[in-house]
Amino acid sequence: MKIDIILAGVGGQGILSIATIVGYAAVKRGMYMKQAEVHGMSQRGGDVQSHFRLSDHEIASDLIPMGKADMIISVEPMESLRYLPWLNPETGWLITNSQPFINIPNYPDVDKLNATLDGLKNKVVIDADKIASELGSARSANMVILGAASPYLQLPFEEIEAAVRENFARKGDDVVNTNIACLRAGREFAEKMK
Amino acid sequence: MAKTLFLGDEAVAQAALDAGLSGVYAYPGTPSTEITEFIQNSKQGREGQVHSIWAGNEKTAMESAIGMSYAGKRAMVCMKHVGLNVAADPFMNSSITGANGGLVVVVADDPSMHSSQDEQDSRFFGKFALIPFYEPSNQQEAYDITYAAFEYSEKYHTPVLIRLTTRLSHSRAGVERKEARPQNPLHIEENPKQFILLPANARVHYRTLLGKQEAFENESLNSPFNKYIDGADKKMGIIASGIAYNYLMENFENHQCPYPVLKISQYPLPSKLIAKMVDECETVLVAEEGYPFIEEQVRGILNRTGNIIGRLSGALPRDGELNPNLIAKALGLPDTYGMPVPELVVPRPPALCVGCPHIDSYLAINEAMAEHGKGKVFADIGCYTLGALPPYNAIYTTVDMGASITMAKGAADAGLRPVLAVIGDSTFTHSGMTSLLDCVYENTPVTVMILDNSTTGMTGGQDSHALGVLGEICKGLGVKEEHIHRITPLKKDHEANVELIKKELAYEGVSVIIPTRECIQTLSRRMKKQQAAKKANS
Repeated sequence: MKIDIILAGVGGQGILSIATIVGYAAVKRGMYMKQAEVHGMSQRGGDVQSHFRLSDHEIASDLIPMGKADMIISVEPMESLRYLPWLNPETGWLITNSQPFINIPNYPDVDKLNATLDGLKNKVVIDADKIASELGSARSANMVILGAASPYLQLPFEEIEAAVRENFARKGDDVVNTNIACLRAGREFAEKMK
Repeated sequence: MAKTLFLGDEAVAQAALDAGLSGVYAYPGTPSTEITEFIQNSKQGREGQVHSIWAGNEKTAMESAIGMSYAGKRAMVCMKHVGLNVAADPFMNSSITGANGGLVVVVADDPSMHSSQDEQDSRFFGKFALIPFYEPSNQQEAYDITYAAFEYSEKYHTPVLIRLTTRLSHSRAGVERKEARPQNPLHIEENPKQFILLPANARVHYRTLLGKQEAFENESLNSPFNKYIDGADKKMGIIASGIAYNYLMENFENHQCPYPVLKISQYPLPSKLIAKMVDECETVLVAEEGYPFIEEQVRGILNRTGNIIGRLSGALPRDGELNPNLIAKALGLPDTYGMPVPELVVPRPPALCVGCPHIDSYLAINEAMAEHGKGKVFADIGCYTLGALPPYNAIYTTVDMGASITMAKGAADAGLRPVLAVIGDSTFTHSGMTSLLDCVYENTPVTVMILDNSTTGMTGGQDSHALGVLGEICKGLGVKEEHIHRITPLKKDHEANVELIKKELAYEGVSVIIPTRECIQTLSRRMKKQQAAKKANS
C-alpha cells in the first residue's frame, strides 16, 4: 500500500497538524513515511504545501512525482487547485475546505472558483470552518478536513481517531472530544457524498 | 532500535549530540535553523550542558567552534549557504590549522531559492578549502554521516563539511539512532604552532593539508556512503549525488535501475569509481542538486568526449531544484502530469503579517520619502524585505546581511540625497555595526532606520543580540545622541514619526531612528504561554 498526499494551504493555517496525525497512525502500523515541509519565507501568509508520502515499502523521493498523488488535502479552496499537476488525473481525490482565505487583492471570483471545483471528477468540498464552529472550535477546521479525507486514506478510522486522541491528549479531554467530534463530522459529510 | 521521525536538520542535530557534541554555534538561516533549535530544546543537550546559544553571525560562530575544537571538544557550526560567505575567512583558515576536537561545519543550501537570494553550491567551498565533505541523500544518512564526520575530523585533524539542501533539511522520515558517546575531555593540542598561522607555520600546515588529499580520496573510495551499483544495461550510467539519488530511484519499480549507478555522498570524488563508470557506459548522466559541480569536473571544460550529460549539456535544467520528473525526462522515460493549474489560480506571495510593526514603519517611510522620488531606500535581509512588494513598494535594494547601510553610504558618496537605510535589529548586530561605523567615521549623510521587533523574525523568532541595547551600540559607535531616536511604529504615532524621519533626512550627517515594537508572532506566542501558565496556576 502507498498513499501520496499533497497538503495545501496558506502559511499559518497549520496544514502540518494533519500530517502529524496521519503520520503517527501510519508509523504505528510500521509504514514508511516521508514528509517534505515548507519553512521560512513562504510561511508569512504565502502559499504553502507539503509532500506527504506513506508506504509499506521504503520511499525513495521526498517529493511526489507529478501526476502521481493520490490526494490533495487542502484547507483553502484556491490553494487546492494550485497542485492539480501533481494529482493522479484518473484516480486522485481532492478534498478541500470551501472557505476562502483572502489575503491578496486579486483573489479570484468565488463563484468561478466553486464552479471550477465542481467540474472536478473526484472531490469533496466541505465548509470545514462552519462545521468546526458549530461544534464549538473554529480552530479545529483541520480535523473536519482530515475527517472528510479519511474514507480515502486506506487507514482504519479507529487508528486515525486514536492518533487524534494522542495528538491532543496533553490539552485535556475537552479539546480531545471536540477534535474527535470534528473528525467524525467531516467523515460523515464525505460518506454522504459518496 | 525503534525509529524516530526527524527532519533532516533534526537528524544532524541528534547525531551530533549522540557523537558527544559539546557545542553548536550558529546564526539562524533557512533552511538550517532547526539544527540548532533542536539542540536548544533537547533534554540530552541540556543535561550534557551542550552550548547552543545563538551566535552574533556565522563568522563569530565559526570562530567559536574553532576555539572549542582547539580545546579538544567536539564542535559543530551550522548556517545557510550564504552564511558560509560570512564565515569564509575562519572557515578557509580552519583547513590550514586543522582540528583538534572534532569540527563539523553544516551548511544548508537552498536550490530554487525558496528563502534565499542565490543558490550557490557549498560543495565548491569544500573543494576550495581542500577538506572532506559529505552530501547525505536521506535523513538516515544525515544522521549516520554527522556521527561519522566527527570521527573523520579527529582521525585526520581536519574540519569536515556537511552539505544539506532544502528538501532534506525540511523533510521528515524515520531515523535509527546509534549509541550516545560521551563528550571529549578538555585537551589542548601538543603542537604549540598548530593554531598560529604565521606564514612560516602556515606554509608547513598547508603542505600537511595537501599531503592528506590522497588519504581523503581513499576514504571516499571506501566510504559506505558512496556506492557503485551495477546494472545490466551499459548504454547509460548515472552519477547521482545527495538527494538526486532518491529522485533517480523514484523512477524505477522497487528502486531497481537497469543502468549502473554511482551514488555519491562523500567527497573528494572517488576518481576510480568515476573512471569505471565512464569506461563502462556509453553515456553518463550526472544528476546533482545545485551547480554542475561533478559534471564539470568529469567532462572537463573541453568536453572532448561529449558523452557526459547533465545540467551543463541541457539534459537537466541549469538552475533550480531537481525532482523525479526532471530525472525521468533526462533518462528518456515517459513524463507524468496531472491536470493543468486552472487559470483563475493566482500567486499568493508571502506578506507582512496583519499587525506587523514593519507595516507602520513603511507607511511612515513612504510618506516621508514621497517628496524625494524613488530609488533612495536601501534595505536588508529579513521580514522587512517584504516591503519590496505591493502595497508598500518601499525599498529598492536587498543584497546581503548589513548591505543596506553601506550601500546607502556608497550612494551618498556618489551624491545621492537623501538616502535611507532600513535594517532589522538582528541583522544590524549580525553585520550592520561596522557599516554604521564607516558612516560615522566619515560623517556620511545617511538616515538609518533599525526596525527593532526584538527578535530574529523571518526564521521563526529566535533571540536577537540587539535586544534592548541598540541605542547604546549606536552611541558607542559614535552616532551623536541627539540624532538617535526610539519611536513606536503605531498608527497613532504616524504623523510624529513622519515628521521625525523628514527632519533627520534633512540632517547632513548620520542619524539613527529605531522604531521599536515586538514582532506580532513572538508577541502572540508569548501571550499564549502566559495564558497557559496562568491557567496551570489557577
